[in-house]
Amino acid sequence: MGMTISEKIISQHIGRTVKAGELVITPVDGVMATDTTGPLALKAFEAMGGKNVFDPQKCALIIDHAAPAPNERIANLHTMMRTFAKAQQMRLFEIGEGICHQVMVENAYVKPGDIFMGADSHTPTYGALGAFACGVGSTDLAAVMMTGQIWLKVPETIKITCTGKLQKGVTAKDLILYLVGEITISGATYQSIEFHGEAFRGMTLASRMTIANMTAEMGAKAGIVHPDGLELPYDFTPVLPDDEAHYIKEFRFDVSDLEPQISIPESPDNVENISPYEGRPIDYAFIGTCCNGRLEDLRIAADILKGKKVAEGVRLVIAPASQSTLLDAITDGSIQALVEAGASLITSGCGPCVGTHQGVPGDNEVVISAANRNFRGRMGNPQSSIYLAAPATVAASALEGKICNPKKYMD
Amino acid sequence: MIKGNTHVYGDNIDTDRIIPGKYTKTLDLSTLADHVLEDLDPSFRSKVKQGDILVAGKNFGCGSSREQAPLALKKAGVSVVVAEYFARIFFRNAINIGLPVIEIGNHSIRSGHNVQVDLSEGSVKDMTSGEVYEGQKIPQVMMDILAEGGMVNYLKKNKRYVL
Repeated sequence: MGMTISEKIISQHIGRTVKAGELVITPVDGVMATDTTGPLALKAFEAMGGKNVFDPQKCALIIDHAAPAPNERIANLHTMMRTFAKAQQMRLFEIGEGICHQVMVENAYVKPGDIFMGADSHTPTYGALGAFACGVGSTDLAAVMMTGQIWLKVPETIKITCTGKLQKGVTAKDLILYLVGEITISGATYQSIEFHGEAFRGMTLASRMTIANMTAEMGAKAGIVHPDGLELPYDFTPVLPDDEAHYIKEFRFDVSDLEPQISIPESPDNVENISPYEGRPIDYAFIGTCCNGRLEDLRIAADILKGKKVAEGVRLVIAPASQSTLLDAITDGSIQALVEAGASLITSGCGPCVGTHQGVPGDNEVVISAANRNFRGRMGNPQSSIYLAAPATVAASALEGKICNPKKYMD
Repeated sequence: MIKGNTHVYGDNIDTDRIIPGKYTKTLDLSTLADHVLEDLDPSFRSKVKQGDILVAGKNFGCGSSREQAPLALKKAGVSVVVAEYFARIFFRNAINIGLPVIEIGNHSIRSGHNVQVDLSEGSVKDMTSGEVYEGQKIPQVMMDILAEGGMVNYLKKNKRYVL
């Protein structure tokens, strides 16, 4: 019997053929933790007798969730991370260098076929590269930093095939929102997802990252986009699934008629077509995050907003996914167009998505966000409501001051 | 065997509801307990007593990877979390910090019931209604981690994982 991509990657790492359902101990090619999960991980690492990390080249810390530090308590946690990284001679990505997942991919800490453990739930993002990447908590992360290994259950895989091409004005975010709505927030729990088909084949790495990113919102352990059509700035050998691989479930969708999608408060899988929500007033629009803060996202927003102004009474906040994204968006004029339209540019990082600082909404305010989560209180205020949409929809809605279909701005 | 009084909640309780992100950046675990479940049930913190049992529906603990979620529950006094099933990161995190969890599928346990949990058998008995639920036994490696009070002590002792 053939193997799924996940089975194949794990088999390659432990040197024998494994099947879904087996418990295995596997070597890990890379780990990272952020300023939300890192401090607890470092404390656990020392408490469990850790002296040196298993390989300083394969371990990274990123200050992105509350960067720059909004108060003295968090500033001291950042200091703790800097001190640890220096002592271990491992890389620490400073405030503003970018969001953990973006900097891991940009700096090639993770590559196709790797097994990667990140102390952040959106670590499956690296499935865009064809890597088996899982989110773990702080103590698991500490254990991997010490041993270079993790124990896990080889997951069953769900195969999602999307045929047809997305219409103009409909992007990867709309597609993954649609799929989250179909699979539901618990539909892939303990399982891996493989994305196959024409709709993904022509996607950029950035769009593939958006797709893989939101497999976390289906409960998946890993979410891997078939490497067919993947282009990277270095040579790589893709890990492909066998034709006779066994999938626990298979879904097929024709996406050629898909319209822009929107996720309604208070769960990411509460997804609908945008049309019934058009015209609903918004107070605050946000573009950024590990889901949609990349150059192509900022460009789409800039193209819509260039030479225009954000609606009166609406604020637009932009957080580029990384310093490198920011520099590229300065060079190509996107940042100038966005700021001239009235956008407020904040430090590259997670920003207001995690509700710590840099844009907490007020009571009864309505937010439209390019992020991946809209649980109650997610952005720091349980009295606000968050709609999730594609960057194009967020930009167009900021322009009109109400939720709107961006199609008319994208010709 | 763990016995306790129950607090019952529904499906898809996410980690933002268990402990909002704005409180997670701390090493002071008592502040986590102060805000546990505050956006779901603001009265939980004052109701919960040491040894009580949290019972939920499907997909408990979905969302972020924050280990502060099981830590907040444990620090608030919760002795075990019973659910139809858990989100995967929460499940691992709970075991790793020494908070027992058990999956029992469909159930009709209500708040204020007296419940008895047998982790080694994978079963839960609702003493109030008399119903018994045969749930999932957790893998031996997780039982071993729990027996040590969590992953920190487990690795301190064994230096490696043993399946």
